[in-house]
Amino acid sequence: MRNAQLNSTDSKHRRKERIDRGIKARSSDIFALSSWREMLYLAAPRCIPIVGCLMLPLVLGIYWQKVLLSVAVFALLAISWDILEQSGMISLGQALFFGMGAYTAGVFNHYFGWPPFLTIPFASILGGLISTVILLPVLRLRGIYFSMVTLIIPLMLVRIVEATRIFGGTEGLSGITPLPSKWLELYLIVGALLGALFGFRRMMGSDYGLVLKAIRDNDRSVMNAGINVYWFKAQALFIASAIGAFAGAFMTHVYMFVGMPVFALDYSILPIAAAVVGGPGTLAGATLGAFILVPLSEILRGIGGLRIVIYGLFLVVFIVALPEGIFHYIQRKYHQFERWVEV
Amino acid sequence: MHPSPLLKVAGLYKNFGGVQAIHDLSFDLARGELLGLIGPNGSGKTTAVNLITGFVKPTEGNIIYNGQNISGLPPYKIIRMGIARTFQMVKPFYQLPAYKNMIIPLYSPRVKKRVGGKYGDRDAVALDLLEEVGFERDAFVAYKSASVLPQGYLKRLELAKAIALQPDLIILDELFSGLSLAEVASIVPIIEKLRLEGKTIIMIEHRLKELFRIADRIIVLNYGEKIAEGFSNEVMESDAVKKAYLGAEA
Ligand SMILES: Nc1ncnc2c1ncn2[C@@H]1O[C@H](COP(=O)(O)OP(=O)(O)O)[C@@H](O)[C@H]1O
Ligand SMILES: [Mg+2]
Repeated sequence: MRNAQLNSTDSKHRRKERIDRGIKARSSDIFALSSWREMLYLAAPRCIPIVGCLMLPLVLGIYWQKVLLSVAVFALLAISWDILEQSGMISLGQALFFGMGAYTAGVFNHYFGWPPFLTIPFASILGGLISTVILLPVLRLRGIYFSMVTLIIPLMLVRIVEATRIFGGTEGLSGITPLPSKWLELYLIVGALLGALFGFRRMMGSDYGLVLKAIRDNDRSVMNAGINVYWFKAQALFIASAIGAFAGAFMTHVYMFVGMPVFALDYSILPIAAAVVGGPGTLAGATLGAFILVPLSEILRGIGGLRIVIYGLFLVVFIVALPEGIFHYIQRKYHQFERWVEV
Repeated sequence: MHPSPLLKVAGLYKNFGGVQAIHDLSFDLARGELLGLIGPNGSGKTTAVNLITGFVKPTEGNIIYNGQNISGLPPYKIIRMGIARTFQMVKPFYQLPAYKNMIIPLYSPRVKKRVGGKYGDRDAVALDLLEEVGFERDAFVAYKSASVLPQGYLKRLELAKAIALQPDLIILDELFSGLSLAEVASIVPIIEKLRLEGKTIIMIEHRLKELFRIADRIIVLNYGEKIAEGFSNEVMESDAVKKAYLGAEA
C-alpha cells in the first residue's frame, strides 16, 4: 500500500521517511517485502561483502593478494577476539590460539606427513582444544586477571620452545607442504572468513548467543537461571580458539614454516585494534577493522622508522573520531537512509 | 499432603571472617507452605537465601531439598532441581530489552525443552510471562531496555525470571522494598496465584502488614539466629522479637 504511494508519480505531498521503517514495523526478523528497494535495502549489507570478497582475489596483483591473505587471517583473529569479548572474556593472547593451530598443523605435517587438507581442520579442533584446556583454570577469573594470563601464556610458550628445543626449537620446522595452488589458498581463507563472519554473527544473534552476552552482563544472574556459566564460557572459548587455530594452521602451510614467531605479540594486539577501530560486538566491525588496518600498515611500510608513529596516530584519530567504531557508524547511517512517501 | 518436608535446613552456620551471618539455623518447610522470613537489617536473611541457593557455601550444616542434600552444590545445579530466587538488589541484563532478559531463564535446561527454541517461541513465552507480572502489553513496556525501566518493573522482571523457571520453591528476597503501596497491592495477587498453583514460597519482607496477611508461618532472625517461629500474630507477641525487631525499628 505504502509502496504504491512510493511509486506514484504525484510528488506534491511527500515527506522523507526512513527506508527501514516499513520493514521494521512489520517485524524484527520476519520480513514482508513489498518492493525491489526494500529487498535491495536488506540484501545489500550481505551481498556487498560477499561479492566484494569473492572478487578481490581476481582483481588484485600478486603483492596485494598476499596482503589479502594477511587481512583475512587478522580478520579471523579479530572475530575470535570479538566472540570472547561478547562473552565477557577480554583476551590479550590471540597469539596463543594462532600459535597452537600453527604448531599443531606444522607438527602433524612435518613428523607424520599429513596433507594440508587434513592438518588444517585437525589443527583447528586440537589447537582449539589445547588452548581451551590451558585457559580452563583461569576461566573463573574475571576482568583483568583473565586478560593478564592470556597475555603471558604465549610469551611463556616461546621460552619453553626455546629452552626445550622441541619442534625444531629456535629454528622452527621448515619444508611444510604448501597448499596445492595460490587460488585455493586465496579462496580457502576468504571463504573461511565469510563463513565465520556470517555463521558466528548468526550464532551470537540466537538465543545461545544471548546467553553468552548475558554472562558478560551479569554472570550471577545467568547462574540463577540454572545455567552452568563455566560450561558456556568454555564453549565460547573453544569456538574462539578454534577460529584462531584455523588461521594459524592455514598460515603454517602458506609460509611452509612454523616457528616461535607464531606466538608474537602482533597476533594478540592487532586483532584487538581491528575490533576496536571497526566496532566490537558485531563481528562485522572486527572484520572491517582488519580490512582497514592491515592494508594501512602495508602502505606505511615504505615510510620506514616513523611507520609505527603514523600508524599509532591513525589509530588514535579513528578511535577519537568514531569511538563507537566504524561499523556502528556506518550501520547507523544506513538505517537513516530515507525515501519519499506521500502524506 | 506429602508427609516429608520439601526443604529441611539443619544446624546451618555461616561465618564471614569474624561475622557470624548465620548461627545454628534449623527449620522445615512443608510443600505448598508460604513462609515469611523477617528480621532487622543485617540479621542474615539474604545470607540464608544465598546458602539455600548455593551462592554461598555453608561453614557447617545441611540443607535437604526433596530428600537430597544440596548444601555445597553450585547454584546452577540447585536451581535446576526446582528452586528459584529473586535478588534483593535486582540483577537484570541491562544491555537487553526486558523480554530478551526472559530468554536466559527460558534457555535453562530445566525448561528449555518445554518451551521450544526456534522461530521465536521463546520470545512469545517471554512476553506472556511478563504480561502475567504486569508488563502491560499495550504499552510495549516489555520491549524497553532494562537499563531504562523503573525499579517497579525491574522487581517484576526479577519475579518473572523466577517464575519462568517453573520452580517448586520460590524464594523472594525483599521483592516489595522500594515499591509503592499501589505496586505492592498489584503484586500480592500474583503471589497468591502462585500459591494456588501449589508453589512453595519463602518471602523475605520488611512490609510486615502485607506479609502477615498471606504468610502461613513466620521465622524471625536476629544476628543470624532464629529467635522466634510461629503464626504471624504469635511471633510479634514474643519478648525477644519485640526487643530485637520492633525495638530496632521504633
Ligand atoms: N559476602 C559477604 N561477605 C562478608 N560479609 C557478608 C557477606 N554477605 C553478608 N555479610 C554480612 O552478613 C551479615 C548478614 O547480612 P545479610 O544476610 O545481607 O542480612 P539481611 O539480608 O538480613 O539484611 C551482615 O553483617 C553482612 O555484613
Ligand atoms: Mg537482605
